[in-house]
Amino acid sequence: MYRYDEFDATLVGERVSQFRGQVERRLSGALSEDQFKPLRLMNGLYLQLHAYMLRVAVPYGTLSSRQMHKLAHIARKYDKGYGHFTTRQNIQYNWPALVDVPDILDDLAEVEMHAIQTSGNCIRNVTSDQYAGAGADEVEDPRIWCEVIRQWSTFHPEFTYLPRKFKIAVTASQNDRAAIRLHDIGLRIHKTDAGEVGFEVIVGGGLGRTPYIGHTIREFLPKKHLLSYLEAVLRVYNLEGRRDNLYKARIKILVNAGGAQKFTDMVEAEWAAIRKSEIDLPAEEVERIRAYFAPPDFEVLPAESAALEQKRKGDTAFARWLRVNTVAHKSPGYAIANISLKPVGGIPGDISDVQMEAVADLAAHYSQDEIRATHEQNLVLPHVRKDDLYAVWQALAAQGLATPNIRLVSDIIACPGLDYCALANTRSIPIAQRISERFADLEQQEDIGELKIKISGCINACGHHHVGHIGILGVDKKGEEFYQITLGGSGAEDASLGEIVGRGLSSGDAVGAVEKLVDYYRENRQDNERFIDTYRRLGADPFKEALYAAA
Amino acid sequence: MKAITGNRLSDGAVVYLADDDLWTTQRAKAARFDDDDIAPVLEAAQLRVREITDAYIINVSADGAPAGRTVIRETIRGAGPTVRGDLGLQAECCA
Repeated sequence: MYRYDEFDATLVGERVSQFRGQVERRLSGALSEDQFKPLRLMNGLYLQLHAYMLRVAVPYGTLSSRQMHKLAHIARKYDKGYGHFTTRQNIQYNWPALVDVPDILDDLAEVEMHAIQTSGNCIRNVTSDQYAGAGADEVEDPRIWCEVIRQWSTFHPEFTYLPRKFKIAVTASQNDRAAIRLHDIGLRIHKTDAGEVGFEVIVGGGLGRTPYIGHTIREFLPKKHLLSYLEAVLRVYNLEGRRDNLYKARIKILVNAGGAQKFTDMVEAEWAAIRKSEIDLPAEEVERIRAYFAPPDFEVLPAESAALEQKRKGDTAFARWLRVNTVAHKSPGYAIANISLKPVGGIPGDISDVQMEAVADLAAHYSQDEIRATHEQNLVLPHVRKDDLYAVWQALAAQGLATPNIRLVSDIIACPGLDYCALANTRSIPIAQRISERFADLEQQEDIGELKIKISGCINACGHHHVGHIGILGVDKKGEEFYQITLGGSGAEDASLGEIVGRGLSSGDAVGAVEKLVDYYRENRQDNERFIDTYRRLGADPFKEALYAAA
Repeated sequence: MKAITGNRLSDGAVVYLADDDLWTTQRAKAARFDDDDIAPVLEAAQLRVREITDAYIINVSADGAPAGRTVIRETIRGAGPTVRGDLGLQAECCA
């Protein structure tokens, strides 16, 4: 898995000591806040409503138990006993003191972690499929290429001051769990009919106030050319992207202003000029990185576990968790176990230090020392023997981490909202809490099936509301919180942007609205249709009517 | 009426300018100014860069409660996250 090489260790060490000096100079008054702010942001340190917030990178969502133990230690020692997993597979601490941040960064460096490129107008932490290296449906482990991109993009001198932030996601499955069509660049590793493996390159997706689904600008890019092609895309954006208007500075605006074809032509022209240069990694370097991600030594096991079957039959709560939260693994006798960070009435993505320690211990004992963070604000134990699933479930349940709701109505993405965020207009978390309480009945949740609710507290759309099957956007109207419903979005392989269905609702009415929409779906669904399928078949009108009629 | 708020530099805690010209975490102790008098107070506060950051003016009622369009935001800033009653000033005041 990911590890620093000597270059990373040196870079990170130097960066921490540099930041320690910057903090000292800020505290002494030698640096003004205007001078200091960009420096702290380059180290992942924001100022939020109540305190500073430190965003720590979790490269492509992969963590070892040692790293998770360290995250727990930091939560306990420097923060208020918890952390918050974000939609970019990162973790945020909500209460660090400025004076402690250099020490926190030193602690992180001990376990090969940092907060570099978690903020600022640079290439941010690369995200990926949380089932990478484990999923039965992947072409190959996408993290090898995430790591190639990470090394290439770290402190890339040409791309440190882009017009705006830049997010890249990579997946290697036809089932998109990384929202690749909603990133500045999405990369999908796929295999051609001729058996060649390469990338589909998707550019210009994004959410925020101007949401777009990304355009495929190249159906097939041979793997060996990845970096030169990315360099061409970034160079075109860096030169042509708008710097005069914050709201028009993302690459999605550039791609869509002139059209995808024009943008593609510019990239191809740039690529033709640079592809023969030495930007692309030599094959042996790719192999060296590939070795980091050598699959664990999976035991040779029968596909099915008799012990598991026995427990499944005898324990309905375990059987439900198994049905909802575990996924097929590529190695026989193993499973992927999802850990929901969405308990009924809980705060999506929050995890206490004690829970972190428990997850770290479980990973060490039962999951080849690996943990994954998901963009849907959950965690994953990627490599669990089926024989061990019952013990894992019991341990998770003891920590309140076994809510069987992955992909269901209460598995809600919510941004921190006005409870924490300085940019938010309204709160998000309480809406998520009320919805999950309203749908607390697990049997009902399972009957409703896959339903993705995503909530943002402002138009910046950190809660991905545009791509929720049901999206909820908080809007401020003269000091009052209102919530606007969108329907029909998807962040997966069937990506689509939701449609606003009508006037904003009060917080109480928003929760009731979700219930009305779900009721309408259950009355009108056919066969195995998911909510989104029924919506797409029937269109917005009947749902609008169900929502607003006789209100 | 108006008051001055900001975040304490060392730890980011929400603070208010008090009558004794020091910073307090208790909004109830915030000095209240007439609308016409606040501009120079803010200017002076913003010069205290070793103490605080991001100072700005908020509207308050005569008894010091947040007022105006940002009432929810300022209430949450002063008290703590509404979803974590155990954190922020709200956890201290009534314990």
